[in-house]
This record gives sequence, structure tokens and C-alpha cells, in this order.
Amino acid sequence: MGIDRREFLKRTAAIAGVTLLGGSSIAHAADKKDFSKFFTDNTANERDWKIWEKRKKQSQPNGEPYGILVDTTFCIGCRRCEWACNNWNKNPNQPVEKFEASVNEKNSVFNDVRRTHAGNFTVVNRFEKKDRDPVYVKKQCMHCVDPACLNACFVDAFRKTPEGPVIYNPNVCIGCRYCMVSCPFGIPAYEYFSAFHPQITKCTMCYDRVVDGRMPACVENCPAGALIFGSRSELIKTARRRIDSNPGRYINHIYGEQEAGGTSWLYLSPVDFDQIGLRTDVGTTPVPDLTKGYLLGVKIFEMVSAWPLVFGAYYAVSKLREHRNDKHAGGPSDTGKKT
Amino acid sequence: MENTSLWLKNKILLGMTPKEYLKINLTLPNLIAALILCVSVPIMVYRIIYGLGPSTNLSDNYPWGLWIGFDILVGIALAAPGLTLGTAVHLFGMKKYHPFVRPAILSSLLGYIFAVIALMFDLGRYYRIPYLLVWSWGFTSILFLIGWHFFLYINISIVEFSPVLFEWLNLKKWKDFFSKLTVWATIFGVIIAAGHQSALGALYLAARAKLYPLWYSPLLPIFFLLSAIFAGISMVIVESALSHRFFANQIKDFDHAEFDQLTLGLGKAASSALFIYFLLKVFDLVRTENWVYLNTSYGYLYLVEVLGFVLVPAMIFLYAVRQQNAKLTRFAGLLTVLGVVLNRLDVSIVAFNWYLPASQKYYPRWTEIMLTLGVITMLVLSYRFIVNRMAILHAHEESEPESMPMAGKKQAVNF
Repeated sequence: MGIDRREFLKRTAAIAGVTLLGGSSIAHAADKKDFSKFFTDNTANERDWKIWEKRKKQSQPNGEPYGILVDTTFCIGCRRCEWACNNWNKNPNQPVEKFEASVNEKNSVFNDVRRTHAGNFTVVNRFEKKDRDPVYVKKQCMHCVDPACLNACFVDAFRKTPEGPVIYNPNVCIGCRYCMVSCPFGIPAYEYFSAFHPQITKCTMCYDRVVDGRMPACVENCPAGALIFGSRSELIKTARRRIDSNPGRYINHIYGEQEAGGTSWLYLSPVDFDQIGLRTDVGTTPVPDLTKGYLLGVKIFEMVSAWPLVFGAYYAVSKLREHRNDKHAGGPSDTGKKT
Repeated sequence: MENTSLWLKNKILLGMTPKEYLKINLTLPNLIAALILCVSVPIMVYRIIYGLGPSTNLSDNYPWGLWIGFDILVGIALAAPGLTLGTAVHLFGMKKYHPFVRPAILSSLLGYIFAVIALMFDLGRYYRIPYLLVWSWGFTSILFLIGWHFFLYINISIVEFSPVLFEWLNLKKWKDFFSKLTVWATIFGVIIAAGHQSALGALYLAARAKLYPLWYSPLLPIFFLLSAIFAGISMVIVESALSHRFFANQIKDFDHAEFDQLTLGLGKAASSALFIYFLLKVFDLVRTENWVYLNTSYGYLYLVEVLGFVLVPAMIFLYAVRQQNAKLTRFAGLLTVLGVVLNRLDVSIVAFNWYLPASQKYYPRWTEIMLTLGVITMLVLSYRFIVNRMAILHAHEESEPESMPMAGKKQAVNF
């Protein structure tokens, strides 16, 4: 079976932990059978961070940043990308046949719209449409050009690599989870069931493969040609070409070209993006720009302008008081109260 | 040895033998406090051993729940008395409010310390908190600013509080040294407090896609700062009323009329802050044309918050000051405090992820509520412990009396 002994024990312990005090919302959520929430000790983050540190020292020449184009019109919902991702990143996994079977099953994971979890970096969701075939949409970290998580992290645990992937360092993370709050796509997940060394997990865009000149595991395993790996700028041209030369097949928008300041993952869709689970209200401003102005303002205020203001007020008030005291010389002073 | 036990008897046990002390502490409020702690301390241990997953309702959609929304956002806003009263008295020379300064500084100090203690249970790797200060700096993060400001502000509060502590220990030299620092600490404290009170609102600037439009605004930092100011003033009104009831023995020559006058003065200040906040809220609503959202269930909640807990208390304050009605002022103060609680919970929990179906929304688990309650209980007990021993509500007796003055009044108070 796909589950080994160690993992089984861990899951049992986690479930025991949940039931001991009477169930939490994690257990009550739509996909009850999804054990990926309880998974802990993923090693993908650490592996990638080590590679990044090594490459930083070597100062390798950087090419153009990579991206991945998801053409949802090609996706057949086989979920092989999920399998390949779990397989490469050592997440809880099942035989690939089980993933492939979902598309034909009546009761499958497709009944719910799923999100990423601690042991599940990518999920494929199905969106039923009235007058056409359902649309299958893969979901994972978008690897923003200007990432919200990186900006939010108060111990500087994220990096935007020159190759495109956004990676995370579990060795400095304090576990505040502000990256999860600020991510506009709702991607980072947390190892809630690790008591002593929980970490953030998310798609790594297979940084460890990309730096070796290989494509991410999901792209390599896609049998339908729905995922294309390449330089981001080339992919935008490809996407544009596809829209232009196939009238009616796509709506005229490349999701990710501008969203939240641009992302490494790009999407093409036959229907409006908000109908296939992609937020269209994230805007085109990078999330870091939403806080930059405030941060600069507060720093200037605290370091420069606050001091003269406060001192000035203090000085003015004490002058005024002196003046008043002089006037009422001999009278009861209002400063005479005992401390 | 002899000296130590005498010191213990006089300073800690208020001049009683341990047996007497225990006996006098067998009261109903203490029993309730003990009961709460009996439940919440094991929950704290459970959280440490089993992690956040089993002990909270947090999820990947709701990384922040009650422990951030209440313990930090509400806790810090309500811990603003030190900021408001310290500024008014030490900076602007409003000496008549001096009796309120020490309780205000104490509640700020304890408020911040216990907020940070509560925060430790929410952080996944609490033991790494020093990383923030010495190891890995995320300069672009609003949270980095807040973390450092908490650290600095607790230190400032300790400096501000030191004179009281050294008075109690009869170390006059130390007391004089720290008394001289008070003005400096206050000035530094005002700047730091304004910085992090607004930064708590700025945290949610990044969550534009997740916060309901009625609550999201580029003005969030200003809203949080302003509401912290009237929360701080209202907390002083409420706290002082409670203190004068429960620590009546501490205040010897208590002038009821004067106290009411001071309360009215605070009410006036709170009223102005509330009106400015309300006008800004209206301005923001008009500017963003967000009124289209008012006719939704979230819109109704927003109206309850902005009308019922901002405009209404502002009016009551105004009316009470006109009528010279201190009692009504205290009621308005309570209403304002509740309004700030509602606002912080709306931003952090209710209006957050508003698009999720009710089944996926966050509701605090009983364990989360109990842990929060436990932390609040510890705060109240610490406050009472200090007020009963140090010169918080009354002036300090210069010379060490032969026997503790408290001894004769045992029956009147719970220690």
C-alpha cells in the first residue's frame, strides 16, 4: 500500500489528538478523508533552501525566470500532477491509478472544491458547466513576481529565486502564519499537527529540479499537454498566440500576467476565471505595494518627524504652564500634587 | 533568615502569617479564578504537547483565530491607557489627572506582558521568538515592526513603572533615578505606541482580497490608532470605576465629586476621538462608494458597529458631559470598550474570508476560549496583587511604618 508504517502511526496519533477533546473544524471540513492536513515533517522546503544557499555562493549566471502555463482547455482531470507532486516531494501518496479513477467516480474528491494543505502542494478541482464540458483547474502556489508571503515574513524566511520559484526556509520560521494571512491566493498551508517543529508548506515549483535543468514533476507527468514549462515571457507570448489563433476557445485574458503584480504560473480558460476558482478581485497591484507606503511613513514619522513634534508640544506646554504659574504667583500651583 | 521572613510577611503576605493569609483568601472570586485556572492551565500544557491542530479550530483558511483576534488585537488596544494618560499628564501637563497615571501605566504594562504570553501559545515555534530580535530580520514586514515595538514598549512600560516598584522596595536612589527617566520614557512611549497601534491595523492592508470591503481601507492604520486612543481613555474610565469599588480601602481621602469631575473630563476627550473616528469612517465609506454593501448581513454588522458602538457612545458621552452625569459617562465608556472588541473581532475573524461558506468559517474552540480566559484571569490576579502591595491607587508613605497599615483592615478586602 501507499502508506508506510511510520506514516500510519503518525496519522493515527494526529487523529487521536483531534478526537481526544472532541473534534476541531479541521476534522469537520468538507474533505474529511483528506489526511494531507495532518501530514508533518515535509523535507522539500529544507532541501530547496540548501540548494539555494549553495547556488548563492557560486553566483551562477541567471537566465530568464521560468514560468508554467496551464491551459485548462486541455486538462482532463487525471490528477497525475497531484500524484507526481506527492511522489517527488515525499508527501502522503496513493497509487497513481487511484488518482486517475476520480474523474469517472460518482463520489470523488471532485465533489468539493479543495485547497492546498500541509501534505498536499497541489490539487485539481472540477467546475461543472451547464452548456459545456467541466473545466478542470490545477491549483498550487502561483510564485508571484513580487510575493506577498516574502513581504509579510517578519523573519525573512522567503526568497524569490532568480529562476522564478519562491522558496521558504523552515529553519528561521517562528510560525506566526502572517504569510498565510497575506497570500491573496490562499496557498501557504501549515503543519498544525506538528507540536514542536511545524512549518509552512507550499508548492516549491520543484526548485531542486529546475536548477538541474529539469522541468517540475507535475509538468513532466502531464499526459494531456495542459502544462507547459518555459521562460515566463515566452509563455505569455505563447498564451497570447493561442488566444488570438483560436477564437471562441478561450476568453481573452491570461490569468497571472498582471494578477497581484504578475505570477510565474499563468492560466488560460474557456470561461471567466472567477467561475473556475481563481480570484479575479486580487487586483494588479503587488501585495507588498499595499503596505510599503504605510511602512515608509511610519519609519519617517518615528525616526524624524515625531521627535520635534513631541518635544515641541512638551516645550510649548511647559512654557504655557510657567506663564500661568507666574501669573498666579503665590497662589496654589497645579504642579504641586504629590507623586 | 529572620529578616527575609519578616520581609516576606510584610511585603508579600501583607503583614499576616501564611495561615491567616490563606484563610482570608478563601473567597468566592478567588474560587472562581482558581476554577478557571484549573481548566486553562492544563489546556496550555495540552497546546504545548500536542500542538495547534488538536487544541484550536485554526485551519489553513483561518491561520489567525481568537488568540490573535482577541488576545493581541483587542488586548493591545485596551492596553492603551498608559499611552493616553501618560501623554496627557507627563507631556501635556494635565496634572489633575495624575491619580489615574499609575493605574494606567500598570494596566498597560500587564496588558502587554500578558498579550505576549498569550501570543506564545499561538506561535508555532514560540521558542524561536528571539530570532526576531537578534537573528533574522524581515524589514519589509509590518509584523516585524510590531514585534520590535512590543519589545520596546514593554521595556518603556517597565521604566515608567519602576519608580513604583522601587518605592515599594524602599530603594530611594533607584526610585529617583527612574523618576527622572519618566518624561523621556513617556515621549519615547508615545511614538512607539502610536507606531504599533496603527501597525496592527496595517497588518490587514495586505489582506485586501480577504477582508470584506466595508472593513478594508487604506485608512486601517489610522482607524486602529484612533480607536486605540478612545479605547485607552474608556478603559481608564471603566477601570477607575471598578478600582474605586473594589479597592476602596486603598484610597483614604477619596473625593467623590473630584473623581466624577475627572471622569467627565475623560469622557469629553473620548467623545472627541469617537466623533473624529466616526467622521473618518463616513468619509471612507463615501470615498470608496462602498455603501452598496450596506444592505447585506455584513453591512448590518458594520452598521451596528459604527452606529451602535461609535456614534451612540459618542453622543452619550456628549450628553453626559453636558448633564454632568458621571454614571452615564461610565456607561458610555463601557459601550466604547465593547465596540472596540467588536471591531477587532470583525476585522480579524468575521469579515475575514467573508466569501467562505459558513461551514468553513472559523469559530473558536472551547479550548481557545478557556486559554484566553485563563490569561485574563492571570492578568486580573496580577493587577490585584500589585495594587494591594504597591502605591498605585494611593500616595506612598515615605517612611516604612512599624506595622503594615493594611493589617487592621483585613476584613474589608480580598487579597
